[in-house]
Amino acid sequence: MSYKFDFEFLAERWPDFVAGAWLTIQLTVLSIALGFLVGTLCALARVYGGPVLRRLAGGYVEIIRNTPLLIQIFIVYFGLSSLGLKLSAEVSAVLALTINMGAYTTEIMRAGIESIQRTQLEAADCLGLTRLQTILHVVLLPAMERVYPSLGSQGVLLMLASSITSQISAEELTATANLVQSDTYRSFEVYVIVAVVYLALSALYRLGFWAIGLILFERRRRLGTPL
Amino acid sequence: MIQLSFNHLIYLVEAARWTILLSVIAFVGGAIVGLPIALMRVSKSAALRGIAWGYIQLIQGTPLLIVLFLSYFGLGILGYKLDPLVAAGLSFTFYAAAFLGEIWRGCIEAVPKTQWEASDCLGLNLFQQYAYVILPQALRIAIPPTVGFMVQIVKNTSLASVIGFVELARAGQIVNNSTFEPFAIFTAVAAIYFVLCYPLSVAARTLERRAHAGRS
Repeated sequence: MSYKFDFEFLAERWPDFVAGAWLTIQLTVLSIALGFLVGTLCALARVYGGPVLRRLAGGYVEIIRNTPLLIQIFIVYFGLSSLGLKLSAEVSAVLALTINMGAYTTEIMRAGIESIQRTQLEAADCLGLTRLQTILHVVLLPAMERVYPSLGSQGVLLMLASSITSQISAEELTATANLVQSDTYRSFEVYVIVAVVYLALSALYRLGFWAIGLILFERRRRLGTPL
Repeated sequence: MIQLSFNHLIYLVEAARWTILLSVIAFVGGAIVGLPIALMRVSKSAALRGIAWGYIQLIQGTPLLIVLFLSYFGLGILGYKLDPLVAAGLSFTFYAAAFLGEIWRGCIEAVPKTQWEASDCLGLNLFQQYAYVILPQALRIAIPPTVGFMVQIVKNTSLASVIGFVELARAGQIVNNSTFEPFAIFTAVAAIYFVLCYPLSVAARTLERRAHAGRS
């Protein structure tokens, strides 16, 4: 093998990579948060909703989980703009990622909500809590605690999947890599660097989820036992 | 601009054959590499366990898209012709092996410990234990999650389009370039993916339910 590795372009282009990684973080943190909101609402609809709501939420989950994210992104970006709704690449990226994250979160949170025992709901009833209070104080947090590891891995998967938004030229990390490699012809080196950055981001996100879990789940923090 | 026609739809459906072929390559390749990974993960040797763990962390911590680019351009560095099918096949093999390895490790570990002890008492060696006692039982546990993972494989083959392999997603882009009706075309493409994936999803769920019914 006579190939010589050459990472010299880094001296000049590293700010591009930092900017790309920063946009990746912004896009994905926003999508994870919004997707979690959408997913939780849909999960509540799937468990406690009427037949129509249940079906709607179920259809949403099946359609999104059985089609590729790439095509979802194309439909949001190219499809909607051809129908007259022009969104920027970044907004389209967040929208598509949110819809995607929402569908997976629905299934995860549904499992959590279904694991809450009936007696808990009855007890809340006896205490005179309203439906909304019951859901907020009795159902959601313990449900989330039970499925928190799955939520965390789904968040990391979404962060990695956000690389696909480079295909609609959202200037995140992967798009930056594509740009730099077409300027420098150092394709392999560029993607090795980006792979390392993504690995670091995965670790960072896992750490972030762990920290949020510590703050959120007081009972676990105090007792140190899983629910 | 060309009018969108029935022929375009035929073209898309035909391109779906490549999606299926790529999925089969990914699954077979992933299974061949993934089984040793799973066995290494439960091995007694710390070194083997560490290597398999590192491999899984590496692949699961990088986007598949980047793995695709690395194989595509990496092949070029090694002096081979840049063939999108080879690069895609390799990448999906690496990718599927990491996930299947981790799924199957869980299945192997789910076989009760007493089965190991009993086969030990019968004087079976390690190979015999795996071949006749552990793996056949792990296989039964492994089928539902493996079918579920196949959905991920089919969907992710759409990424091969970015290195120029003409499968369903790329075919959709090609049709879109000549007709410019993105909403209709990509909805059709999504529908074809749905037709491929939904039966697998339903099968995975049904198998899962049946497996649980058998246990209780």
